[in-house]
Amino acid sequence: MRENSEILEEAVSIRAADKVFNPDSDNEVQALLGIDLDVKEGDFISLIGPSGCGKSTLLRLIADLLTPTEGEVKVFGKTANQARLDQDYGMVFQHSGLFDWRDISANIELPLELKGWSKADRQARSGEMLELVRLEEFKDHYPRQLSGGMQQRVSIARALSFEPRLLLMDEPFGALDEMTREHMQVELLRIWRETGTTVVFVTHSIPEAAFLSSKVVVLSPRPGRIHSEITVDLGDRTDETREDPEFFKATTEVREALRAVEAG
Amino acid sequence: MTKRKALRTAFTLLVTLVLFVLLWEGYKWVGQQTDDHWPGTQFGLPVSTDDLTMPHAGDIFNELTDEIRAGRETLPMAVYLAKKAAFTFLEAAIGFSLGVIVGLMLAIFMLRWRFAERGFLPWINVSQTVPLIALAPIVVTWARLQGYPDMVGISLIATYLTFFPVAVSGLRGLQSPDSSDVELMRSYAASWSSTLIKLRLPAARPFLFPAFKLAATLSVVGAIVGEISIGTKTGLGRAILDFAQRYSVWPERLYASVIAASLLGLFVFGLVNAAEWLVIKKGREVLK
Repeated sequence: MRENSEILEEAVSIRAADKVFNPDSDNEVQALLGIDLDVKEGDFISLIGPSGCGKSTLLRLIADLLTPTEGEVKVFGKTANQARLDQDYGMVFQHSGLFDWRDISANIELPLELKGWSKADRQARSGEMLELVRLEEFKDHYPRQLSGGMQQRVSIARALSFEPRLLLMDEPFGALDEMTREHMQVELLRIWRETGTTVVFVTHSIPEAAFLSSKVVVLSPRPGRIHSEITVDLGDRTDETREDPEFFKATTEVREALRAVEAG
Repeated sequence: MTKRKALRTAFTLLVTLVLFVLLWEGYKWVGQQTDDHWPGTQFGLPVSTDDLTMPHAGDIFNELTDEIRAGRETLPMAVYLAKKAAFTFLEAAIGFSLGVIVGLMLAIFMLRWRFAERGFLPWINVSQTVPLIALAPIVVTWARLQGYPDMVGISLIATYLTFFPVAVSGLRGLQSPDSSDVELMRSYAASWSSTLIKLRLPAARPFLFPAFKLAATLSVVGAIVGEISIGTKTGLGRAILDFAQRYSVWPERLYASVIAASLLGLFVFGLVNAAEWLVIKKGREVLK
């Protein structure tokens, strides 16, 4: 279990990364400037900041969906590109991005199919994954038959199906209602604990960042920079934690950092 | 549920047909009473209602059971037309299949290379402005010079009409997935062809099937126009050509062949509908 294991490796290490969109043109945008960030293996870190601060861009640099204009991004000691090719991470987007034409099992099996797993292995794994996200009885359903929260759980199961060591999440609960959202946060923490996966989580919700993370990274906009890093330790979290004074303290700290960002 | 839907469609078709016949006969009756004038006015009706211009609907349907001499044998008109239609159907089906293949290949080509989209799309649009009547003899002459039967040229004309909606809608469909879906495939280090097969082609289906339906009916139009413009020996186009020449003495026959042509169009449309139902009924059944 991760509590017992020593932290061995940096999961993500970013050094002096800049990202410029449309360089040398009229609509040049400096999205990120001088980003230094370390994510330890087993960490749960959130990226938070006002819109346009480049938090999604930063996540895409780690995922090698975008390449930095300057600087270096390492994932488990490799280049981000190599890590993507090795499929060291799974990704969850704001919209579940499940394929309508595939039933729930087939959606979870998609990355395994691409890796060339046999049908029996795929089915065994998607069964385990459905158990992990507690949707066993929905395996033959189609995405449209599921609620938004259930779809997002399938999306998490799909991202974890090939057991990546890193999970990248881009505002995964942004489209859910408040109650579902809180429920999903507890579920995600349970999955994080059970699998020991490192998580980098983009959000614009202060309580969400404070509740989930071991470290909250606050970004400031135009150009996107890291304003501050706030360490949070709420121990084992349940729904009761939300009424805990420690939780209140953590949200206050994040809120104040964001206000400082807004004030410039 | 789907069975009930099919029954409802059949019922609607039947009701529309009956209404159309009533309208036809009603208009004809009024025209006969007023000597082709709007009732109570001096204004003439746009179409005169005599039996040559507008035969009775009943006579047209009767014509389908009347006998016609074809070469040495005598056949009921309906059977005669069905035989001709079968030949036209074959040409249309070959034209449709080729058109779908060419259209899809063009769509994939334009998806893969953006310069191809910029370079090809205008020409694909221009291709459809060339009058078919002018093009048909050229294509058929080429085919004849190569020693191919007329059917080859006619199928190619049908292809010419059908590839267009498939290429245009196909490209739109292939480009339809959200950027996050494409990023997802990229995060799996999926190749371009895997992304095409697992994501873009399935996502294109709701765009492709309406195009296939249009293409299917166009393939029949293409085949008939092809037959007429080169004067083949068989097919519905031949029948229409023959009966048109004798319209002044036997108008019911031309009407009967027009009915046969539209039934053939309906038939191919139905075939594509059935294929669509088989392919994408999945995931469509949302729990209520």
